[in-house]
Amino acid sequence: MRDILAQPRPVLLGRLRWVLVVIIVIIAPFVMKELEHLTNFGLITQVNRALIFVALAQGLNIVVGLAGLLDLGYAAFFAIGAYTFGLLTWPTHDIEMSFFLAIWVCALVAALFGIIIGAPTLRLRGDYLAIVTLAFGEIIPSLVRNLGDFTFTYHGKEYIKDYNLTNGSQGLTPLGRPDFSFFERLFGLDHGALNVGVKPTFWYFAIVITSMIVLFAATRLNNSRLGRAWKAIREDETAADFMGVDPIRTKLAAFAIGASFSGLAGAVYASMLGAIFPELFRFQVSIFLLIIVVLSGRGSIWGVLIGGLIIATFDGVFLAQILPDIFNGKILPEYDVQSLRWVFFGSGLIIIMIFRPQGLFPPKSTERKAAPPPPAESTQGVQS
Amino acid sequence: MTTLLEARGVSKAFGRLIAVDTLDYTIDNNSINSIIGPNGAGKTTFFNVVTGYYKPTTGKVLFNQHNISGSRPNQLTRIGIARTFQTIRLFNNLTSLENILIGMHHRLKASVFGDIFKPPPVRREEARAHEEAFQLLEYVGLKGYEEHTAKFLPYGHQRRLEIARALATQPKLLLLDEPTAGMNPNETQDMILFIRKLRDERDLSILLIEHDMKVVMTISDKVTVLDYGKKIAEGRPSEVQKDERVIEAYLGRRALEMLKK
Repeated sequence: MRDILAQPRPVLLGRLRWVLVVIIVIIAPFVMKELEHLTNFGLITQVNRALIFVALAQGLNIVVGLAGLLDLGYAAFFAIGAYTFGLLTWPTHDIEMSFFLAIWVCALVAALFGIIIGAPTLRLRGDYLAIVTLAFGEIIPSLVRNLGDFTFTYHGKEYIKDYNLTNGSQGLTPLGRPDFSFFERLFGLDHGALNVGVKPTFWYFAIVITSMIVLFAATRLNNSRLGRAWKAIREDETAADFMGVDPIRTKLAAFAIGASFSGLAGAVYASMLGAIFPELFRFQVSIFLLIIVVLSGRGSIWGVLIGGLIIATFDGVFLAQILPDIFNGKILPEYDVQSLRWVFFGSGLIIIMIFRPQGLFPPKSTERKAAPPPPAESTQGVQS
Repeated sequence: MTTLLEARGVSKAFGRLIAVDTLDYTIDNNSINSIIGPNGAGKTTFFNVVTGYYKPTTGKVLFNQHNISGSRPNQLTRIGIARTFQTIRLFNNLTSLENILIGMHHRLKASVFGDIFKPPPVRREEARAHEEAFQLLEYVGLKGYEEHTAKFLPYGHQRRLEIARALATQPKLLLLDEPTAGMNPNETQDMILFIRKLRDERDLSILLIEHDMKVVMTISDKVTVLDYGKKIAEGRPSEVQKDERVIEAYLGRRALEMLKK
């Protein structure tokens, strides 16, 4: 019956490949640590940042790549995740929730905001949606900036006066970190022995696990009832409606799940940095994530993983560290090479759009199937 | 025979243009019904009213005795109305199999969490859906094309895939908008046989818009002629063919007079 699914696959090789990937992922931080003294920047820190961007891009890939909704304000959900974590763990607010609980609350809150923002706007299509999300991406950081001194008056009566919710543009610091004191007591270690602080190697593993959770959810969804509905909406919203897919609910689900990914990533990021401020979630972050998704290949989960790693490392290591070193040393001592950052990405985008509009690592279905299969009659014997 | 669909005084106006004008129409269970008429007669508009894309300006549509006017297309698909399009509207970058599985969307029950964690019930449901999709593709003669991307299929295959996708929703009423458009006589003959087969083997009624008179006259149980949004004739194919108003609408008054002489 299912001859395509039953095709012989090199199972052993497939398994071995995964074992290899796991080994590389585990060894990588230690190798990088050894390499670090060769450079004057934190290599692992840069990889951590790249992995956070991969997790964020996976969420955006669901919205843009799978459901085909152009979201120009995606960093807003990143901000919501990070700030929810900030509010839950900033000592001044006296909540100080555990890291392990808070990250899930952040994912949930971001998803909730995805629905709140999506409900009124997802009736719009194409460009209109892009404009609304663009505005939303501007509103959130500006809201955060202004909620540092918050007064609420209603009919002349002051209900809240000068309340400091987000600490304005100074940002929130310090923030909660994972607490392993339970294990310290369990294994009879000294107090603070498992204190992770800013150790890049610990955060490397924390972020790898976060990315893996996101990646797992994304691959499973890609190949599921909901994932198919997203792709149907992307391909032809009207036809999807006629085939029994509710466009509004399906798009809301894309917004909510995409947002929850960035809520989770934002929380982990906030905890790693130990400090967050509105400037971290500017419009450029939305655009950078969009560039990752478009350059890598819209709708391709593995493409976005690999492309995201390459682009974010290129940005963090080559553009931000190596290039200034080369230029500022001899050639152009006065010039700020970092200002060329967007020139690189802009031209990259133009080149890709001309020569490979589907992206560097597009999903399989955009490639042409070679020869047509044999006519139905010839396979009749295999049947029944 | 019982009535499956009933339109009572349905009108649809776009500004001052009345595309469908107080139309009464019924479809019996297990029948093939054709709507014909010159270009701009309101055939496709009526389709769009029946499938929920337009809300009728006046009148109402009953499906199995339930008022469905004002329902969204996806809600109507759930209760058993499916359609194909005049110009093919497949999910182009998806495979044939995925196209069919999307047609089954409303019959599958997996939630978001089911989709992510894939517990055994969801796995079983997916396996059943794939099985059914494979059978459906074979039924329409697309066996072996399961993993082919829809946009790379030959035209005739795309037409059949579109019908298969509509069948995947398990319709009680299947609306086909010019299914033989752009087909050669052989392909058209195959389509005629296929539409008959659908009515006989699957418990459904078919509503057809068609320009090819050979198709209409061969397979229809009932033919309805629209002109300027109004019904000008209705009946068995042989009756409609002789109707004076139909000849006038299609060929003009002079032709009618010449025929009479």
